[in-house]
Amino acid sequence: MARLITRRKLLIGLAASTALAGCDGRSAARAFLAGMERWNERVDRLLFSQNRLAPEPPASEMTPEAAFPSYFVSDSMPIAPAGWALKVGGIVARPAVLSLDQLKRMPQTGMRIRHHCVEGWSAVAEWNGVQLREIARMVGASRDAQYVEFRSFDNGYYSTWDIESSLHPQTILAYGMNGHPLYPDHGAPLRLYSPVKLGYKCVKYLTEVNFLPTRAGGYWEDQGYDWYAGV
Amino acid sequence: MAGSGLQIFAAYPALGPLGGKYRWYPFQDDAPPSWLRFGGWLAGARHWHFAIAWFLILNGVIYFIYMVASGEWRRRVFIPTRDTSNAIAMFAYYLRLRRTPPPEDFYNGLQRMAYTSAILFGLVVVFSGLAIYKPLQLHWITAAFGGYDFARVVHLSCLVLLALFTMMHLVLVALHPRTIVTMVTGGPRG
Repeated sequence: MARLITRRKLLIGLAASTALAGCDGRSAARAFLAGMERWNERVDRLLFSQNRLAPEPPASEMTPEAAFPSYFVSDSMPIAPAGWALKVGGIVARPAVLSLDQLKRMPQTGMRIRHHCVEGWSAVAEWNGVQLREIARMVGASRDAQYVEFRSFDNGYYSTWDIESSLHPQTILAYGMNGHPLYPDHGAPLRLYSPVKLGYKCVKYLTEVNFLPTRAGGYWEDQGYDWYAGV
Repeated sequence: MAGSGLQIFAAYPALGPLGGKYRWYPFQDDAPPSWLRFGGWLAGARHWHFAIAWFLILNGVIYFIYMVASGEWRRRVFIPTRDTSNAIAMFAYYLRLRRTPPPEDFYNGLQRMAYTSAILFGLVVVFSGLAIYKPLQLHWITAAFGGYDFARVVHLSCLVLLALFTMMHLVLVALHPRTIVTMVTGGPRG
């Protein structure tokens, strides 16, 4: 049987294309990686479904709270300013300023979830709070809002999500963890929490939620981490 | 893939869940040496890893199609009913338990076993990689590997096995330089 592509031909072809790409190594590599990131985001969006819920691990898999890492980017632990309230705005019919009490009076969602950090560790905890989709409904988010931006009082830490992941039923604004109110190390008084994104997308110490028509960046995303970061 | 993978691993160079790391793993919290890593930092390594991964998969798919379409698989794949006794005999010969090598055609049984297991490691490295890449969207794959932390162990183990496989071939080439020709071209036509 005649062979169409021998291994030898394939190797020569590969070597030639590598040599070509090497002409302007750095910018070619950057363009290649940027293109592949866009491709990976497309795959990520195809895989994503708002109906696919993260399975709840058994209570025996709960991570001891002391072993659950907590990160912030300020020099010292960010503490909520007096009179803290959450601003919800952007392209919404009824912009709102919500106190913690008002948020707690909204329908509550609780879940035991495995958290995945970009670094490669995972940890299980229970979180409770209010679904972001409830808040989107309450403020009347526009149909044109394709992105949601989350801002914090942690030295400007922020992130932006696609609307589909933001409205996933397990994407919540959490004020409770493991049966107690959220502590400052995990983002008190209010943090974004969801199993559908890596940890760095789950902004702690929230101050603002903005529904946006265009894409914005994020603290780590602006430094080169992948923007979509689906789990 | 290996270098960027080790750079990613360096961000949490431990195996097992937080608060319950595996006791059997001797290198807990020891990052792999920097000369083995690629990508500069975690974000860079992730971009490389998830970009090149597609080409690894593409390579595997082309290889699979070629093997099936050309019928080459028949003389290359380890078929237990055909090759087991030959592989054992060859192993015995290498251990000097047997004086003469068993008859061999294109490959001997032991070679087929080694090459086929390398292909299996390749398959497992891709699927365990998917298990830790999308542990929610592809959670059935993650579950098949016994969960996220165990899938990381499998993924890293495949790397070690494939690295050993490669190193053995490099040693062979160093000892018998002519073998590199058959390694690269795949040997004479059948």
